[in-house]
Amino acid sequence: MSMKASTRQIDGISIVDCSGRITLGEGSITLRDTVRDLLSKNQKKILLNLGEVNYIDSSGIGELVSAFTTVRNQGGELKLLNLTKKVHDLLQITKLYTVFDVKDDEAVAVKSFS
Amino acid sequence: MTEDRVSYTLDSTLETVDNAEQTASRIAAEAGFDDDEVMRIGMAVREAAVNAVLHGNAYDPGKKVTLDFEKTGDDLVITIRDQGKGLDLNNIPDPLAPENLLKTSGRGIFLIRSFMDDVQIHPSHTGTEIKLIKHVPGSTEGGKEASQ
Repeated sequence: MSMKASTRQIDGISIVDCSGRITLGEGSITLRDTVRDLLSKNQKKILLNLGEVNYIDSSGIGELVSAFTTVRNQGGELKLLNLTKKVHDLLQITKLYTVFDVKDDEAVAVKSFS
Repeated sequence: MTEDRVSYTLDSTLETVDNAEQTASRIAAEAGFDDDEVMRIGMAVREAAVNAVLHGNAYDPGKKVTLDFEKTGDDLVITIRDQGKGLDLNNIPDPLAPENLLKTSGRGIFLIRSFMDDVQIHPSHTGTEIKLIKHVPGSTEGGKEASQ
């Protein structure tokens, strides 16, 4: 199963509900295209809900990093929501857990954007 | 001690990466690893296959990736070979170094080493061979397994 992404808006925050696998190929491309599309619409406050992402490889991790830096370089914010244990563990061992702003409550996450 | 070996010769495609991961996960499950270890072994093989297909063979349709699984009483040994120019072991950056944390690539070998008990990389001018070793749970040499 490749990755699926659907976007909704709450209080000016773009919440991207992701599901499936973020891996080399389709999954990474879907994430990249979704973030680029939001930025092209000047939607720069992005919350990636990874609650239904059950697998991510090094390419997917790279795509998350790329999304994070791309959004930040355009003056926006990208945060992560609802990490599964597998994704959480991967971000821990790659020392990225402290790089990303990770939330586990959507309402709190939405309010945390400046 | 039982000994089983199976080999695959695969094209340099993204499908090979998925197939390698799925095959590794199935064989790891059959070998008795739990779900978490099956996922780790599958991901290690996936990352090695990505390196072989992308960086080794560079998607060259004339070059193949070979994938060997060997199960002894103590270990699951997985060997992935490509036909590329050979990985430069002196040019693998540390992905945990502060200057590399926000790089978008370079984590594959690190993840492989994180998930397997032993990793042996043998580059040559005719390709790279990477051997991934995981102690089978309950085996006599599975001390690391038991301590986790």
